[in-house]
Amino acid sequence: MQRLILPFIMTVALLAGAAAWAADDTAEIALKDHQFVPQVLTIPAGKQVKLTVKNEDATPAEFESHDFRVEKVVPGNGQIVVYIGPLQAGTYGFFDDFHEDTTKGKLVVK
Amino acid sequence: MLATLVIVFREIIEAGLIVGIVLAASKGVRGRGLWVGYGVLGGALGACLVAAFAGQIGSLFQGAGQDLFNAAILLLAVVMLAWHNVWMASHGRAMAKEMREVGAAVAAGERPLFALAIVVGVAVLREGSEIVLFLYGIAAAGGASTVSMLIGGVLGLVGGVAVSALMYFGLLAIPAHRLFAVTSGLIALLAAGLAAQAVVFLQQAGYVGELTRTVWNTSSILSQDSLFGRLLHTLIGYSDKPNGAQLVAYIAVVAVIVALMKIVYASHERARIAKRAVPAE
Repeated sequence: MQRLILPFIMTVALLAGAAAWAADDTAEIALKDHQFVPQVLTIPAGKQVKLTVKNEDATPAEFESHDFRVEKVVPGNGQIVVYIGPLQAGTYGFFDDFHEDTTKGKLVVK
Repeated sequence: MLATLVIVFREIIEAGLIVGIVLAASKGVRGRGLWVGYGVLGGALGACLVAAFAGQIGSLFQGAGQDLFNAAILLLAVVMLAWHNVWMASHGRAMAKEMREVGAAVAAGERPLFALAIVVGVAVLREGSEIVLFLYGIAAAGGASTVSMLIGGVLGLVGGVAVSALMYFGLLAIPAHRLFAVTSGLIALLAAGLAAQAVVFLQQAGYVGELTRTVWNTSSILSQDSLFGRLLHTLIGYSDKPNGAQLVAYIAVVAVIVALMKIVYASHERARIAKRAVPAE
């Protein structure tokens, strides 16, 4: 059983080594005082978008959306990148899972 | 306090249901409590480490470190669950026979407890690290909220353990000769659900760009974020808006596990019949 683990880790490392393809479109959003800046983010429909989330607060956040499946921890004073879509036109919600009631934003896809 | 309660409750349930299935699947095996205990302990320690190094893990692989880490440990759990089921397919029949002949007390035998401990560890690590990060955020914000945070955390923990225990005892109510069939089925679906989750992590890291279209949307019938939706999501991988790649992973894992179980079972049956055909000296 233990013998299986090393090849497994190597496969994962290999996968990780293969570069993720570059998305054509990028977008950026920040978290400041537990609010999204901007609160409404607009991206194009039908395209994969590389979204950078910057956390300017000292405490960790979790960038999450049920409408477009994303779940990723953003360390305090850190930033992450997530790939979104391609999505159809519409309005999608997202939030900080650690402050679900107060920290919300909207993604407009058109 | 309420926010802490809700988050802790939610994460404990998600890990607890998996621990419950593992405990039910290993019913009657000597030493299972110890192995599951190792899994929980290792997972809890791992959760603290992952939370502490969240920034460093995240910045690996051009920012995809966190997603790759999640996908990797999920896939590790999938392999371990598959291993358990294949093992059961080869030994389950003999075990059931043994149980009837010598009584349940000796049903022990070798079991892939190591694999199950890893599954428990992965579940606790994933959900635990979210709890640690969340609680750290509240504690770091300071103020008099620490006591209410502790109360909320303890209530959430108790509630989550209670729900998980309920499911465990529900499984144990299944007659012994059917229990392993039920737990094997549950484990196959659990593994498929974890594989589909791993796909989501690879997608958000930009590694899987095919089949991203949502296949159906049942969020108005059963939202994945309702309590029942979450339970089903954890247990059998229910998703209210699955995309093509998630479905492919789900179906592929179920198919591979069922096929492996059939192959292993058939070869054991052949060996058994062949042995019987040779007249005993």
